[in-house]
Amino acid sequence: MTPRLDEIWVYLSATPLLGLTLTLLAYQAAFRIYQRAGFHPLANPVLLAVGLLAGVLLLTGTPYQTYFDGAQFVHFLLGPATVALAIPLYAQWPRLKAMAAPLALALVAGSLTAALSAWGIGALLGASRESLMSLAPKSVTTPIAMAVAERLGGLPSLTAVLVISTGIIGAVGARYLYRWLGIDDPAVRGFAIGLASHGIGTARAFQISEQSGAFAALAMGLNGLVTALSLPWIMPLVERLLDR
Amino acid sequence: MIAALTLLLVFQLIGEIIARALSLPVPGPVIGMALLFLALMIRGGPGEDLRQTAGTLLQHLSLLFVPAGTGIVLYGDRLAAEWLPLVVALVASTALAIVVTAIVLRALTRGRTSSSGAPQ
Repeated sequence: MTPRLDEIWVYLSATPLLGLTLTLLAYQAAFRIYQRAGFHPLANPVLLAVGLLAGVLLLTGTPYQTYFDGAQFVHFLLGPATVALAIPLYAQWPRLKAMAAPLALALVAGSLTAALSAWGIGALLGASRESLMSLAPKSVTTPIAMAVAERLGGLPSLTAVLVISTGIIGAVGARYLYRWLGIDDPAVRGFAIGLASHGIGTARAFQISEQSGAFAALAMGLNGLVTALSLPWIMPLVERLLDR
Repeated sequence: MIAALTLLLVFQLIGEIIARALSLPVPGPVIGMALLFLALMIRGGPGEDLRQTAGTLLQHLSLLFVPAGTGIVLYGDRLAAEWLPLVVALVASTALAIVVTAIVLRALTRGRTSSSGAPQ
């Protein structure tokens, strides 16, 4: 029956059906593990699904492009999902207005720290320019980070991996930092984790308290906007100033 | 749901057209998000259909990251060569961003009552 199997494989690897179906299957398996693990940040469903799919692609020798021909239908939805972030942002507008000035200053300070420290540390340790430009927008939600990285001359798919890692690092580490700093205001805790670790940090904040989660969602949306608006101008300026 | 999805796509399309026409460095979907936010402010909030569709889309946001994340298979060589700067930069800069944001916000809101009602 081997020839028939070969024929089936030739057919499957030439249609988008396989890549699309595999993506959805891997995600659902990953999400089930995440649920079983009591939503532990290390059992992040994106990380698990990517691990599963990467394993399948490497084992079967399938090129990423072949897989992406199918998976692009899922990937495409990142665009409308980014537009849809306007709705939670609108829902948080009264809170935003009440704390506008402190939030704006913390936002600018945090946003610049997130991008410039990633760039600076990476540059000091000898990362390539493409890697540095993929690192700079790592703290914002993936669709924005990927678009910004592309503008800067980074690699969008590398950025996606770095963004997801950043989310997991923040979600795991934030509570230790807060304990060390003695920060217990849920608004401050939520805003900082949402700013540094986007959606994954926001999901974590919601598990701690409703108020933390709301401020995290706000910080995630605002940092996405600030980063998208500022990095395409700031990074070329930094490079020119430091003559890199 | 179809109407809401169409609306999101229309805003994305307008965003893309503006980004390209004015050669803005900001991604089209982000401009679409800002425009939709403005429209919601003017209109006084999203309708039920839009709220539900956006909720569904954002609830499964992490699924949408998977195809791009799987692109890691393309970067085996780069990760092998650059894992140290990448890992150190990610961990240190994420911690720094959390610390700086939290300290600035705490310093600026200290003495005021937080929305939870407890004086800080």
